[in-house]
Amino acid sequence: MELSGAEIVVRCLQAEGVEYVFGYPGGAVLFLYDELFKQDKVKHILVRHEQGAIHAADGYSRSTEKVGVALVTSGPGVTNSVTGIATAYMDSIPLVIITGQVPTHAIGQDAFQECDTVGITRPCVKHNFLVKDVKDIAITMKKAFYIATTGRPGPVVVDIPKDVTNHKAEFEYPKSIHMRSYNPVVKGHAGQIKKAVQILTHAKRPMIYTGGGVVLGNAAPELAQLVHTLGFPCTNTLMGLGAYPATDSQFLGMLGMHGTYEANMAMQHCDVLLAIGARFDDRVIGNPKHFFEEPRTIIHIDIDPSSISKRVKVDVPIVGNVREVLQELTKQLQASKDKPDAEALTAWWEQIKLWRERDCLKYDRKAKIIKPQYVIEALYEVTKGDAFVTSDVGQHQMWAAQFYKFTKPRRWINSGGLGTMGFGLPAAMGVQLAHPKATVACVTGEASIQMCIQELSTCKQYHLPIKIVNLNNRYMGMVRQWQEFFHGNRYAESYMDALPDFVKLAESYGHIGMRIEKPGEVADAMKEAFARKKDLVFLDFVTDQTENVFPMVPGGKGLSEMILV
Amino acid sequence: MRHIISVLLENEAGALSRVAGLFSARGYNIESLTVAPTEDASLSRMTIVTTGSDEVIEQINKQLNKLIEVVKVVDLSDGDHIERELMLVKVRALGKDREEMKRMADIFRGRIIDVTDKDYTIELTGTGSKLDAFLSAIDRGAILETVRTGASGIGRGDRVLRV
Repeated sequence: MELSGAEIVVRCLQAEGVEYVFGYPGGAVLFLYDELFKQDKVKHILVRHEQGAIHAADGYSRSTEKVGVALVTSGPGVTNSVTGIATAYMDSIPLVIITGQVPTHAIGQDAFQECDTVGITRPCVKHNFLVKDVKDIAITMKKAFYIATTGRPGPVVVDIPKDVTNHKAEFEYPKSIHMRSYNPVVKGHAGQIKKAVQILTHAKRPMIYTGGGVVLGNAAPELAQLVHTLGFPCTNTLMGLGAYPATDSQFLGMLGMHGTYEANMAMQHCDVLLAIGARFDDRVIGNPKHFFEEPRTIIHIDIDPSSISKRVKVDVPIVGNVREVLQELTKQLQASKDKPDAEALTAWWEQIKLWRERDCLKYDRKAKIIKPQYVIEALYEVTKGDAFVTSDVGQHQMWAAQFYKFTKPRRWINSGGLGTMGFGLPAAMGVQLAHPKATVACVTGEASIQMCIQELSTCKQYHLPIKIVNLNNRYMGMVRQWQEFFHGNRYAESYMDALPDFVKLAESYGHIGMRIEKPGEVADAMKEAFARKKDLVFLDFVTDQTENVFPMVPGGKGLSEMILV
Repeated sequence: MRHIISVLLENEAGALSRVAGLFSARGYNIESLTVAPTEDASLSRMTIVTTGSDEVIEQINKQLNKLIEVVKVVDLSDGDHIERELMLVKVRALGKDREEMKRMADIFRGRIIDVTDKDYTIELTGTGSKLDAFLSAIDRGAILETVRTGASGIGRGDRVLRV
């Protein structure tokens, strides 16, 4: 029997086991919405802005390892989605975004709500397709899911003109797929792994540095086993938090621009560096020239060959699936007669202990005004370290990363690569839908939250009991911090004048709002809010306006050139 | 350093813009880029001439391989190879210059493929530097128009690039 293109798309989603589609209807996708309406396997979540749809699908994916799916209309539906797509692309999140397009005969005619979707999204997708024939829909959908999830994951856009969704074709969903031009390497090179074992067992001052690849590659247990087998110190990037338990004694905290003193010093002064699923980006190693002043041997495991030797020349590249490579590496380490140099390790840990004593994350705990760090600590306490925490971008993001001790992967959900303000709330919606019983907190600031505040309405519609932790310092905090440090205290446009009353705002959307002004009220407010299992609570914390994030590696400086508190 | 890179890619709409977009997005140089379908109509072959440090060329190779539609990438400069470029030049051919222009074309093994009473159109094939040499050998003022294809390259001997 022949089915319409729209029905075929929905059948494909069903075949892929898609639970939720996040989207917003419009002219070019009406046939698709009609088919979604006629079935109940794939549930549609109506957002209030397409950017929110992509972030929600993104949060859903980050917290589950499943593909996030979004559906938007042509033209402005697509352009509104671009920030979300670029966010997912920078952090390698597997999404399939179905976009409506004007009818084939109207393409190129500057039709109403037309845009060159494939052209606009090309630089921020792993791949994209324009489907011009209804017969190609099924195979294209199969390819889209395959490409999004294999190799280094990423978003894939499938652009379908309106008439194609109305044409008819026989439907059969392909069981498997082979693409001659796309064959990601999975297994690490045995010879390279052997070389890595040699280098690791002869290291005097070793360091293990891991990134988002360990989270996305579901390799946290393998990482823990490796770190314990070796007895080496371990640090995570912002994207890698939770891949190694932050409560473990071998964990040095996050590294990078706002990383801990001990993590950055160990990174700078190590003689052997094992990098796993990380990409040496500018926020992590600072100035690469300064990084190279200290000689060290670098082993780099990554699924993406182009991430290796991009910013930092690597001695032993190992391309492959992080999980499989770590399994093989640990196996070979355990079988090897060479063992890590215990004496050298003891001395190295002594040095690290001295760095730790610097207590780089200290802050004034007796302050009369609420310190943002304290709010995160209170959040950690009330959620017993077991919440899913999403964040926006800025100071609050860094404090959440520094002070919430993540012990499991996929719990810390933030826009690390693109740094997208407005990400936190819609991402939290995706997380909450994926984990209806779990505690989901969105750590945000009064500037970021206003970038996708409209999603409070979506939260009401679907009864999503997210807890919004708003660190309200009346400034775009990170901008203000840079202006204080590097622009002579000239706070150009970083002051948030005319803020809304967030309590009333939350209430007007049908939620609960709380304003907390004194340090003594923080813990109780948290308890009260998190006890409300069925309600979204907007906690508006009035925090210290002048608090800065420390340590800080200024832009262009080396890792060991931190500004400390 | 100058590199000549051959790429086999799926002959699909948009594949060329992915390659061109990659070069502009990452700030890589393109000296020339040529592309056409191969004997297998499902595949196109592209020749890119670029310049960059070893690190940049390594990244170019990796980034090209990362494009979903790219089947194979070979840096021809890694081994012996032949490269050729086609140029069409329209030159003024009047009076005694007419004979001179014919002689120059012969010396460079060019062919005159169109003639009017005032000008010649000369077809010339060779490496880029040979074409440059021809242009500087003739009277600059006589050149009315030039068009060049950019280099195409192929490995020498049994070096073969195919699926």
